[in-house]
Amino acid sequence: MYEQIASNKRRSFFLILFFLGLIFLLAWLFEQLAGMGTEGLIAAFIIAFAMTIGSYYASDKIVLAMSKARPVEKKDYPYLYNVVEGLAIAAGLPKPRCYVIDDSAPNAFATGRNPKNSVIVVTTGLLEKMNRVELEGVIAHEMSHIKNYDVLVQTLTVVMVGVVALLSDWMLRTFWWGGGRVRKVGRGRGGSKAGGSSAGAIIVVVGLILAILSPLIAQLIRFAVSRRREFLADASGAMLTRYPPGLASALRKIAADREPLEVANKATAHLYIVNPLKDMGGAVNKLFSTHPPIEERIAALERM
Amino acid sequence: MGGMLVLLVIIGVVVVAAIGIYNGLIVLRNRCENAWSQVDVQLRRRYDLIPNLIETVKGYARHEREVFEKVTQARAQAINASTVKEQAQAENMLTGALKTLFAVAENYPDLKANQNFLLLQEELAGTESKIAYARQFYNDMVMKYNQKQQVFPANIIANMFRFKERDYFEIEEAAAREPVKVAF
Repeated sequence: MYEQIASNKRRSFFLILFFLGLIFLLAWLFEQLAGMGTEGLIAAFIIAFAMTIGSYYASDKIVLAMSKARPVEKKDYPYLYNVVEGLAIAAGLPKPRCYVIDDSAPNAFATGRNPKNSVIVVTTGLLEKMNRVELEGVIAHEMSHIKNYDVLVQTLTVVMVGVVALLSDWMLRTFWWGGGRVRKVGRGRGGSKAGGSSAGAIIVVVGLILAILSPLIAQLIRFAVSRRREFLADASGAMLTRYPPGLASALRKIAADREPLEVANKATAHLYIVNPLKDMGGAVNKLFSTHPPIEERIAALERM
Repeated sequence: MGGMLVLLVIIGVVVVAAIGIYNGLIVLRNRCENAWSQVDVQLRRRYDLIPNLIETVKGYARHEREVFEKVTQARAQAINASTVKEQAQAENMLTGALKTLFAVAENYPDLKANQNFLLLQEELAGTESKIAYARQFYNDMVMKYNQKQQVFPANIIANMFRFKERDYFEIEEAAAREPVKVAF
């Protein structure tokens, strides 16, 4: 359990480091090609940040409205409240607000930019179909997302995807419109030594390839980070309940449930404890998935 | 002169390190106290629920006097406990007594259908698991605090300023994991 938590943290850290590396490589190439690497990087960062900052602060409200969740009170759902309060105590966090979605498909998610503003959302189906131990497992998973600041991590990766997309877009535009500039690479700020033109040609080719591929790579890293955070939330959730089989059996039940969650869509699917769109399977699909396959998650829980 | 300076630097470093360790110990001690008060809040919540529960059950099972007395007595003992160890013992007794009460309630179908009883039962189950979680959090904190006092060089500071190791809040295995169940 402790090792899994540590290894998941380490791996998401390296993924983000790798992401930063990609961004700097792109910026460097942009510098070589158009002499605007630094300016480009700063501009791309500001734009991507500005686009995301709103969603960071309003994320909970937007998501709650999109998924038609309604706030509930303790007297209506004493069972849910008791479980949430208990796990907040276990995690040493303030109690998140509780919301319910009226849908018979069992699922849950957590949102909110920090523990003080956090919300835990469950479907009525989850409350009906889980026993107490399973519900505790699910809520512990969500509580761990809150404790690990996963909304922040997610926002961070979305900003980075944005930066990469903008940078590569600008690079492609430079190729398209600024052919003259590109040809000057050999004498540019980057390489003034002899043989610069062949080095310049390589840079142009690499730059072109990266400009085309990097948005895709960026998305893939983002998904990989997301999957890592799911594993992390499973492991630290098990740490809270000290009972991994509870969450494992809940995951099994949710995966076996064939009912679709009507309010979920592509924009919110990544939030839920189990992908509500249920389009899993296949190696390519796995790479583009925000969630690890259920079987792998259950296997990881059973190893604890 | 140079030697003097080196000595001063060494003393300075040691003093700063000692202050750091001392403050770290204080922080951990406060965290333990805070964690304990969390446990206490939940324990108190359970004490508050019990008289209500007994009243409700009495309405249906008047002659089960023995059980009621046992629960009331265990509750009083738990409320008066002063040390963590005493508390743990008293809580074990209380949990056991409550189990018997719910087992007895099984024999009264009318009681089992009573809305108030069901609500109280859910509240108690919820509180029991909250006690378990708060206890777990407290024990984790105690482990960190005690460990900090045992490792070198913090143990020197801990001894010097008479920091004491805290007791874990231990509850019997069976009672700890499972919330009170009605079916036996």
